[in-house]
Amino acid sequence: MHYLIGNLGHIFVITSFVAALVTVFNYFKATTTNDLEKKSGWLLNGKTAFYVHAIAVLGICVTLFTIIANHYFEYHYAYSHSDRKLPSYYLISTFWNGQEGSFLLWMFWHAILGVIIINTNKFWEAPVMVVFTLVQAFLASMILGVVIPGLDFKIGSSPFILLRDVMHDAPIFLAQPEFIPKDGTGLNALLQNYWMVIHPPTLFLGFALTVVPFSYCMAGLWLKKYSDWVRPALPWALFGGAVLGLGILMGGYWAYETLNFGGYWNWDPVENAVFVPWLILVAAIHTMITYKNSETALKASVILVTAVFILILYSTFLTRSGILGEASVHSFTDLGLLRQLLVYLLFFVLAAIALAAIRWKHIPSSEKEASTYSREFWIFIGATTLCLMGFQVIAATSIPAINTFMGFVGLESKLAPPTDAPAFYSKFQIWFAIAVGLLSAIGQFFWWQKIDRKVLLNQLFIPFVAALLSTLIIVNISKVFNIPYALLMFAGLFSVFANAKILIGLLKSSPGLSGGAIAHIGIGMMLIGVMFSSGYSKIVSLNNTGLQISKDFSKEFNRDNLLLFVNETRTMWGYDIEYLGERLEPREHSGYIRSSDVKLTDDKDKVIAKHDLSVNDHAYKAKDTISIHGENTYYEIQLRQGDKKYTLYPRAQINQEMGGLLPSPDIYRTVSADLYTHVTSIMNPEEESDWSKLEEFKTKIGQEFFANDYVSTLVSVDRIFEIEGVTLGETDVAVKAKVRVQGEHGEYFAEPVFLIRDKMVGRIPDEIRDLGLRITLLNIHPETSEFSIGLNTRQKDWVVIKAVEKPLINVLWIGTLVVMAGFGIAMTRRVREFKKMKEKGLE
Amino acid sequence: MKKSHIFIIVIIGAAIAIIVTTAGDASTYTSFGEAYTMAAAGNTKEIHVVGQLPKDSQGHVVGIEEGADRVSFSFLMMDDNGKEQKVEYNQPMPPDFTRSEKVVVIGSYNGETFKASKILLKCPSKYQETKINA
Repeated sequence: MHYLIGNLGHIFVITSFVAALVTVFNYFKATTTNDLEKKSGWLLNGKTAFYVHAIAVLGICVTLFTIIANHYFEYHYAYSHSDRKLPSYYLISTFWNGQEGSFLLWMFWHAILGVIIINTNKFWEAPVMVVFTLVQAFLASMILGVVIPGLDFKIGSSPFILLRDVMHDAPIFLAQPEFIPKDGTGLNALLQNYWMVIHPPTLFLGFALTVVPFSYCMAGLWLKKYSDWVRPALPWALFGGAVLGLGILMGGYWAYETLNFGGYWNWDPVENAVFVPWLILVAAIHTMITYKNSETALKASVILVTAVFILILYSTFLTRSGILGEASVHSFTDLGLLRQLLVYLLFFVLAAIALAAIRWKHIPSSEKEASTYSREFWIFIGATTLCLMGFQVIAATSIPAINTFMGFVGLESKLAPPTDAPAFYSKFQIWFAIAVGLLSAIGQFFWWQKIDRKVLLNQLFIPFVAALLSTLIIVNISKVFNIPYALLMFAGLFSVFANAKILIGLLKSSPGLSGGAIAHIGIGMMLIGVMFSSGYSKIVSLNNTGLQISKDFSKEFNRDNLLLFVNETRTMWGYDIEYLGERLEPREHSGYIRSSDVKLTDDKDKVIAKHDLSVNDHAYKAKDTISIHGENTYYEIQLRQGDKKYTLYPRAQINQEMGGLLPSPDIYRTVSADLYTHVTSIMNPEEESDWSKLEEFKTKIGQEFFANDYVSTLVSVDRIFEIEGVTLGETDVAVKAKVRVQGEHGEYFAEPVFLIRDKMVGRIPDEIRDLGLRITLLNIHPETSEFSIGLNTRQKDWVVIKAVEKPLINVLWIGTLVVMAGFGIAMTRRVREFKKMKEKGLE
Repeated sequence: MKKSHIFIIVIIGAAIAIIVTTAGDASTYTSFGEAYTMAAAGNTKEIHVVGQLPKDSQGHVVGIEEGADRVSFSFLMMDDNGKEQKVEYNQPMPPDFTRSEKVVVIGSYNGETFKASKILLKCPSKYQETKINA
């Protein structure tokens, strides 16, 4: 038992919490004191306390990682989220696989951001850090794991809890308190993916970044500097918008590649809960920029910046309190933090509202009516659209939470979340998306010019006509006559063309200001990509044989899926398609192993090479043990068109406990479309095969014969002295034949064994799975040097696949990167602006 | 009336419209009995039913049948009113299905069987986990 490290971790947790409170207190004193000397003392204290806090957070991370990396399975966190077989880069994702670890990741980013704030902004340091560290203190309380004596109320859930304290009722711990499991329960196989290594840190950095503008906003209200907070907050808001957006898209990309939803976005509550704050953050950025330029929209900025942070807390509450339990496929398990999370949420909601209410009258606002041709008016419309868009999503996502709260006040609500989430949300969101596309086209023109009706029409004429013509052409070619789809495409194209026109103008004069135009081009591209890949996607794996796959399947299944027998070519999507057999995935290196080349063992993660083989330049000798990912089976499927050849490896996890088949797609990417393929039915590995009647004949070494129409040769027959699982006595005799079979794609070997043991004849046949062939050494005729070979054949191996064409999905991914680039350029500009003002002494 | 007032009224109107349509389009939680009556009356809207999987005396879940194609299965489920019903699901059994303490099926009646289009599970919190492999 390694008690020390857990105790150390626990001390770090408590230190981090206490230090955060000390920081808040000192910075609060520093903010409220007018005496300059005392003030600098409080400041120094605050700063020191925060550094202590940051070091403690780092200490928690290091301790927890040490526990995971050294496989201390006496700790619950290591036991339930990792195992010894996990490669080290997935041990990193183990770190934030559990709820406590993901809180920790969030705190880690806060600690770093806090240090940056302290060192970049002297004027705002104290008040901003009060708010900022208060947020952090609440977060630290989530992993405290301290039980208040006498009250039986636990605060937080510690990552350093021992397994035996969690499972105190388990018989093994009652018998042996010192028991340490040999291995952990491992990481969910779906999460063993490189995106899961980088997606959570990105997302949580995005979460952490939303706190910064909020802290500046609260500090501004507190110090009655109603407008000065915007300048330093803006670069942070832009950075947050970029990072959060990137994090969301990474999650989408992971889902696209790994899950079988068939898409990157499933409108799951967990996805929605992050998407909405991002929308509002984007709206907030717009009003903040408007304010910077014309002194209006200050109140709106205050509301929106606050709303973003509250929504982040709210989404944390939704996904981690267990309230969505029945509504989401992948929210965290309930740690009993509901009340604590609710307190966290309500504290900041009430505090922010109270502060804003007290100061509301004093916040300057423009009395002037915004003209219809002013940019303020259009930015406002844009921000409102984004807010309504988010409101629709969060309203429907909140249904389970609303039910629970109705329950608290004694009302019973029978409202359930929409059954078909994608259809439900898309129906509303498509119109918002159309509006966003159109506004992002028009808005930019107002941004750069004082404009009246005539100039506007002049400017917009060319992009408008270009977008309209393109839309008409595309609709007529694709023959998808759906009005919302066509409108969305038009809106996307219009945004791209209009902003491209502005961009060209800007690149000549002031490229540093081009962030907005570039981001809006990206938005247009994303809309086009979303529209095409979803609206115009079609199933291409149509069953063109005229035969049913099986009468047990539904009509749709028989129509939309393709049955592929091994080594038999079919056609699909203008390609020749051929299934080449089952493959296994080695643990130690990349590449795929043919199942026919190895023997399975009792350990699902280990196989034994039947003969010498080479996988991706890794050579194995016969009888070598190869470590594999036992839960994964891949199906090698080749696509051919002329000289082009491409191989797909869709995956299935066959796990009886988990209910059979868990497929993951493989994607053939072309410039114009992705071919999204996954297996929909596979052979039952447990089921006995239906073998044909034994075919028997005699042959000699070196002689060719036909086995199931494959040219085969008896290569050698050798005496062997041990057989797996059978100890041979002195009078026993065993021989092993080696038969080479020339398949369509490479050679296969079968090694049947013939043995005489205790004067009884025994035969161990060998099967070549890819070819559906079983070879038995039936008899030996020493007098004529001949051997009797027995052959059985069966139906060839098969797999049923479904393939969907997703056109122009690359436009979506590229559009995302373009948006990020736009954010980056805009941020650089605002940071420069901030530095310039700082040099002038105006922070 | 100032333009900003009109603007605010429009926003509030839009927000109310969103709430009303969202509530109208949302599904409802009900029991098997009620769902059956609904389906018999020709209402094909999908609904949520909450319930449990019946277990035998040893605590094993009973009534699960694997479909012939291995990518579908059916099971028995008891709703909160105690009514037992066969539910068919056109997809493989979700992970942890038999370990769930509560099941939510989303779908509608098709004749005498309930066709689920989606299954959600409420799994026991990991702090109640007592099984451990030595």
